[in-house]
Amino acid sequence: MPLALNRRHLLSTGVAAGAAAVINPPISQGHEVSGTVPWSAGDANTPDFARSGDYQFLTAAEVAFLDAAVARLIPADDLGPGAKEAGATFFIDRQLAGPYGQAAHWYMQGPWASGEKTQGYQSRMTPAELYRAAIKAVDEHCRSTLGGREFTALSPDEQDKVLSGLEKGEIRLANTDAQTFFDALLQNTIEGYFSDPIYGGNRDMVGWKLIGFPGARYDYRDYVGRHNEKLALEPVGITGRPGWNPAKS
Amino acid sequence: MAKKLPPVDVVLVGFGWTGAILGQELTDAGLNVVAIERGGWRDTPTDFAVTFAQDELRYYYRHALFQEPVRETLTFRNSPDQTALPMRRLGSFLPGTGVGGAGIHWNGQTWRFLPSDFAARRHNTERYGAQAIPETMTIQDWPVSYDELEPYYDRFEYLCGISGKAGNLNGQIVEGGNPFEGARRRDYPNPPMKMVYGPTLFGAAAKELGYHPFPAPSANMSRAYTNPLGVTLAPCTYCGFCEKYGCGNYSKSSPQTTVIPVLLRKDNFELRTNSEVLLVNRDPSGKRATGVTYVDIQGQEYEQPAEIVILCAYILHNVHLLLISGIGTPYDARSGEGTVGRNYAYQIVSGVNAFFDDKLFNPFIGAGALGIAIDDFNGDNFDHAGKGFIGGGYLACWNTNGRPIENSPIPENTPKWGAKWKSAVAKNYLRTASVSTHGAVMSHRNNYLDLDPTYRNAYGQPLLRMTFDYTDNEMKMSEFLTERAADLARAMKPREIKINGRKGHYSIVPYQTTHNTGGTVMGDNPRDSVINRYLQSWDVPNLFVMGAGAFPQNPGYNPTGTVGALTYWAAEAIRSQYLKNPGPLVQA
Amino acid sequence: MRRLTRTSITTLAAMVLLTGVSGATDFDYAKLEKGRALVNAGDCVACHTQDKAKPFAGGRAIPTPFGTIYSANISPDRDTGIGAWTADDFYRAMHEGVGPHGERLYPAFPYPYFTRMSRDDVEAVRAYLMSLDPVSNTPPPNELIWPLNIRTFMAGWNMLFFNKGTYQPDPNKSAEWNRGAYLAEGPGHCGACHTPKNIFGADKASKALQGGVIQDWTAPNLTAQTSEGLGGWSEADIAEYLKTGRNRLSGATGLMAEVVVNSTSKMSDADLKAIAVYLKDVGPSSAPSVSAPAQNFMQAGEAVYRDSCAACHQGNGTGVPHMFPPLQGNAMVQQADPTTVLRIILEGAKTAATAQRPTTSAMPAYGWKLDDQQIAAVATYVRNSWGNKAGPVASDTVSRMRGAINARKAAPQTVGTGARVDAQQSH
Repeated sequence: MPLALNRRHLLSTGVAAGAAAVINPPISQGHEVSGTVPWSAGDANTPDFARSGDYQFLTAAEVAFLDAAVARLIPADDLGPGAKEAGATFFIDRQLAGPYGQAAHWYMQGPWASGEKTQGYQSRMTPAELYRAAIKAVDEHCRSTLGGREFTALSPDEQDKVLSGLEKGEIRLANTDAQTFFDALLQNTIEGYFSDPIYGGNRDMVGWKLIGFPGARYDYRDYVGRHNEKLALEPVGITGRPGWNPAKS
Repeated sequence: MAKKLPPVDVVLVGFGWTGAILGQELTDAGLNVVAIERGGWRDTPTDFAVTFAQDELRYYYRHALFQEPVRETLTFRNSPDQTALPMRRLGSFLPGTGVGGAGIHWNGQTWRFLPSDFAARRHNTERYGAQAIPETMTIQDWPVSYDELEPYYDRFEYLCGISGKAGNLNGQIVEGGNPFEGARRRDYPNPPMKMVYGPTLFGAAAKELGYHPFPAPSANMSRAYTNPLGVTLAPCTYCGFCEKYGCGNYSKSSPQTTVIPVLLRKDNFELRTNSEVLLVNRDPSGKRATGVTYVDIQGQEYEQPAEIVILCAYILHNVHLLLISGIGTPYDARSGEGTVGRNYAYQIVSGVNAFFDDKLFNPFIGAGALGIAIDDFNGDNFDHAGKGFIGGGYLACWNTNGRPIENSPIPENTPKWGAKWKSAVAKNYLRTASVSTHGAVMSHRNNYLDLDPTYRNAYGQPLLRMTFDYTDNEMKMSEFLTERAADLARAMKPREIKINGRKGHYSIVPYQTTHNTGGTVMGDNPRDSVINRYLQSWDVPNLFVMGAGAFPQNPGYNPTGTVGALTYWAAEAIRSQYLKNPGPLVQA
Repeated sequence: MRRLTRTSITTLAAMVLLTGVSGATDFDYAKLEKGRALVNAGDCVACHTQDKAKPFAGGRAIPTPFGTIYSANISPDRDTGIGAWTADDFYRAMHEGVGPHGERLYPAFPYPYFTRMSRDDVEAVRAYLMSLDPVSNTPPPNELIWPLNIRTFMAGWNMLFFNKGTYQPDPNKSAEWNRGAYLAEGPGHCGACHTPKNIFGADKASKALQGGVIQDWTAPNLTAQTSEGLGGWSEADIAEYLKTGRNRLSGATGLMAEVVVNSTSKMSDADLKAIAVYLKDVGPSSAPSVSAPAQNFMQAGEAVYRDSCAACHQGNGTGVPHMFPPLQGNAMVQQADPTTVLRIILEGAKTAATAQRPTTSAMPAYGWKLDDQQIAAVATYVRNSWGNKAGPVASDTVSRMRGAINARKAAPQTVGTGARVDAQQSH
């Protein structure tokens, strides 16, 4: 009823601020924030770096497959290193081993139906499961249609044809959808080529150097007015660039 | 068993823009206010610092700042005859979560709707006749006018420190601003941002074609600014990690950079994080909210009694909460009865890339609202006679980012991978500018929100179900706008252009704006609206519902400016009318 | 924020009735207000509070080079606080550093400064403390190294280093200067942090206000020296800093943020001006002699700076006044001791937020992102650019600072945060 509201309202406007309008300390467990903006020295929600070392998810055969595939998706050429040199396979390995690979943040409850394209990803497979099943299925397809050879044994042209077939959905794979796999593979390869090197790809920032992206910078004010100029800024990652280290004297 | 807590005057469900503004306004009025936020505490130096905010993979592709579908999502279908399926991962829109909500990761494009937008049905009927509005297009007039909201737009713009140039000062058209805008009482608090090359070229081309280019109103600071609450923001450094990212140096308006430092100091305000509201509770009559039930991260349920309950949890969750709580009558598309979930709308966007051989743009020098726009084709700013659609949108050349995974444009007919793709990306990355269109979406009887019969969220509650597709009106309008964008792109004299127009049905997959509107529409009577002109529930007078759910249909502008204005407008109504005399503020 | 609660008024009334004692238990509004102002100036609450909900109840761990001291309960509790002390007891503690049973107090309680306070002022302080709610709390025993854990040892220390005596105004200076001197050298006890100490933990008298290091923070030079001191600050700058926590040149972080929030922001404008007048009159320390920085470090430091620091502090080091302190001409940046500079780079820093300047601007932590050499390079760069001239910083210094921070994080923490503190020092 209105009375309770008016009484407290009157109370708090009649007395010096803060004197009467104190909320009883609640007993809730949700984290309570009041008085001061929370902060404590050294706190930083830093990124999860990809740890160096052995492959955590991919088998040797899968590594070989992906090395071959990413090398076709973004090849090495006169313009510079490609996805394989950039470490895209290693990047994909770390991604599949982590929350992305486990679909940790996605809605993965059933029931499952394939639906329209406009309704998006509806597979019950996590990305990790998808890669594992699809790589196997692609190799099976290659063996059965290309003279008993796996993907890694094909010529670059043949590999391109297989990839194209997956992209267009012309190849039927056992247990997985070809286009879904191809879309994920291409997306992850591009990520492995252009993401910050802390995730294991884009080694030596080769992806950024290809296009002229200066990387993880934060201040371009000096350059706003420099219209139509090539700036040639050395790319820098979250953990820096060579210029950050004092030259040996 | 839910633990019952001591009562408070106001409980705010959700703590993004609307929660922060209401928290500030209502604590100033002397009320005890508790805000309950499902996500965690987030702030600049610890969660999106300049030391690690520039991380395309983490923030855009792995969605670190956004709502997690595993916890809450919705199901989607294009039309009522389909079966809705879960949005298993985010795509088309990126709802926020955590303190600050989407106010952390928005672009900062801050607009006012046109005066004619507020009278969409009346205005279009008067000008084009009743047949211009198809029977299934359920647009309606707003119960507030632009003139009534003007002072509140001003308040939000000064809270944020919007950088811009007025085009209509008290009726006087000002050169260099938007001549189509509604009259404003004073200029923006900050001058426009310094412009980069692409938008500058676009502005020149627009002028040549006889249009009226102006700097887009921006919540990225053009200079250091201290707002009326005494909170200071720093100048934007054009880092290019603005939209979808948190700002690392206090130069983008957000609840954290404009309100929260002052609000948290108050003894009569408390914030509870990691606490999800599951239900709005009512007394046995059903006409009075008694508070909310929420669950914390440990799984303990609480009942928080309150005199006033305000939903500030973003349109999708606000609608969901009303439906789950059984408040109001859910909309039924077949019968046309009911109002909760009705008139859901969105935005229709398209773009044209312009590829140059002889010009260099530095796309990475970007900010979320850095650009030049024209309003010549928005709303009813142009003659629609014979066009077969109503409404419009702005066209703009934005320079928001050069993030390579997201933004490596390639010309028409370029393969999406392989050596040709690589060389196209390398060649065109620094040499591409884009013109985008940002179009209105009218309400339609088959675009709505309700509860899904099959799928459940992490708490076992039915998911929200979204039924939505563009209609002829939107497709025709978007085609028109896209052609105008192509004209402008050509006028910039590129080597070639590529038109990325709208084709086919609306898909939940590619990102297209987080401009969801409607579902809790505001109106002048309870038969076709959920809330009245003061955002007060018709059914439960001590319940208010904020956000873009109030929009009866969605004009051709980003929604946040109007969301902010409506929040201040509602806060004023609560302070000056409701507190003195609690009860319905409008007689139906 | 002070509250005269019903409880405290009842207690006072009861004490008057029961004991019939007049004087300190009189409800003398003017005296209590004076006492409150002096307690704010003295920042008593900071050291004497461990639990925000129980101000002045003591128990806060004060780390010293000689071990940990736990602050006393100075609430008016009869058994565990000062409730049973006489007025003479209280004055003796403040003026002589001696407790009610003759025990010597440790100068972590800065009685060498409070000795300068007049009897009237000390009475007012006592009156205010006695008006608060009594809290029962027995602080933990001190953990000091031998022989300092033997209080009588302090007799010798006092003989060597303690100059007992009430402040004597200087007739050649203005009333305002004298008021500032009284506040700074008395209740404000600025030198307790800002004057370097000898190995016995006593002030080096010849180097008054020339800067010190306390709890791994640099308390900067407050003399008129330009690069390290207040030479570039006006009186208005000083007063604004103390009142709001920031000015065009600097923002208070670390321990000074606590001082601003708990103490100086609550002082009157007149008192703050007086302190400013006094400080501006402190003669300059001698200009430090600095060695030239190595070129390779300057170059690397510039690269780090441009990529990591310029977004807030600007490429030319001018910052954003009242938001991101300018580094050009910055005294803290140029302190001979780089402790604070390195600590801030490693752990970040939050500027004090006050009612006038509520923005909770904070610098993020860089310790995880930059290695010791990169931090040494960028610290060297900012200390020697844009006209700045301070000593270079070596990688080893950074490593030691990092080690100290990690050790502090690993140790069990008992430090409280005091009342309404906006800046928390690391745990």
